[in-house]
Amino acid sequence: MEVIRHLFWLLVFPGFLFTVILGLYACWIVRKVTALIHHRIGPPALQPLYDVLKLLGKETLIPEAANKAVFIWAPVVGFASVLLLAILLWAVDFIPARDNGMFLGDVIVAIYLMVIPSLALILGSSASGSPHAAIGTAREMKLVMSYELVLVMAFIVVLIKTATFHGISDSQNDAQLLSLSSIAQYTPALSISGLLAFLAALLCVQAKLGFTPFDIPEAETEIAGGVLIEYSGALLALWKLAQAVMLVAFPLFLVILFMGGIGTGFGSVLLGLGKYVLVLVLLILIKNTNPRMRIDQTVKFFWFYCGPVMAVAIVLAMLGNYYDKWWL
Amino acid sequence: MNWKIWSLKKSPWVFHVNTGACNNCDIEVVNCLTPKFDVERFGVTLVGSPRHADALLVTGVVTAQAAPRLIQAYQQASKPCVVFAIGACACGTGIFRTGYHVVGPVDKIIKEVDPNAIIAFVPGCPPKPEAMISGIVKMLNAL
Ligand code: SF4
Repeated sequence: MEVIRHLFWLLVFPGFLFTVILGLYACWIVRKVTALIHHRIGPPALQPLYDVLKLLGKETLIPEAANKAVFIWAPVVGFASVLLLAILLWAVDFIPARDNGMFLGDVIVAIYLMVIPSLALILGSSASGSPHAAIGTAREMKLVMSYELVLVMAFIVVLIKTATFHGISDSQNDAQLLSLSSIAQYTPALSISGLLAFLAALLCVQAKLGFTPFDIPEAETEIAGGVLIEYSGALLALWKLAQAVMLVAFPLFLVILFMGGIGTGFGSVLLGLGKYVLVLVLLILIKNTNPRMRIDQTVKFFWFYCGPVMAVAIVLAMLGNYYDKWWL
Repeated sequence: MNWKIWSLKKSPWVFHVNTGACNNCDIEVVNCLTPKFDVERFGVTLVGSPRHADALLVTGVVTAQAAPRLIQAYQQASKPCVVFAIGACACGTGIFRTGYHVVGPVDKIIKEVDPNAIIAFVPGCPPKPEAMISGIVKMLNAL
């Protein structure tokens, strides 16, 4: 029984199947809200599902110049890692801290899992042997380098805030703070430094999702789909699914870090869903109100604007920790 | 009905190929995506690469320069992929029929490489967006 329960948990709810369905639904929300902003009607609710089905039914071409193994495995690895990340986050949300099997330092694992889809994209596109994809790859690499530092700094702010809220100083319990379960108990977004960190992390997630203004590697008008240009059929469907799951995992990650997670009771699930939709709508609004930036502008933006702001936020959080002021 | 065809009808992604059009047809193609016509209601999206496309929207007489590129774009598209000849030029070279640089209407060039290609004609100079949408609907019903 135990085994079946665990398998159901992993494969159906809230595991793989649920995550993918929720992701496709989130894709639809993105397209629908975009259409509403444009004063259009927009696609029907099952449109992302139709797209994936159709791509699965189409011919899958592999370019002659491509490195076949890398070209085929990159989307699989990207999809698997982001699915794993989503499962990790659901476990933090739905199972009490004592027995969700989470471990010390799972935050670090989550950070690594968040990078793997981008790395897989870089590998896959550079293996496709197309000059457009090569430009896209170069841009994606620079993009990863520019936002990753800021994301980690925002993360440090969250860790310091968690320690402040926890209000303890003996070293053994301090180590406990380095797990998503204990981070999910608090709401750093209500403090000044936490709010700054939340905004910066939101922009990083925007870049991770490849949404405008950071859709530089895909840039359909200049480099014709860039990193994904040579993908077709089932492999493209895998990328689309990976993007759909990212749309679940990354906003959920922000909710856990900054807004106190989701929790188990009926009321708190509703509230958690509200938080998730709030993050999603913020992302969509940024997407639809900004033009695409150039890659050099993006690097400058993250390093020279977001970076110092995050440094200030870290100092504020440290001060708050020292003087025991939770709102700093 | 075959699920492949069914899902293809639900989400036809189009790639726009200009083979020497006067740019008026291209403007009308983009017009289909605007709030007034909004073909995304039917799942139609403009994609940036022929590899992602389910339909090539070809506009313009095929010039000697453009013919090899058109063939390349068609061969690079993952099948099943249909072809739309949009405008009088693409359907039958129109008023440029006697031009020195014109090598043929779209269907002739495509049929050279793939005799079984599915080609739809949307005449007009330029065709109205309504005409294009009706062309897409007729094509999808014929699949
Ligand atoms: S059909 Fe008319 S509008 Fe279209 S490309 Fe030819 S001349 Fe221009």
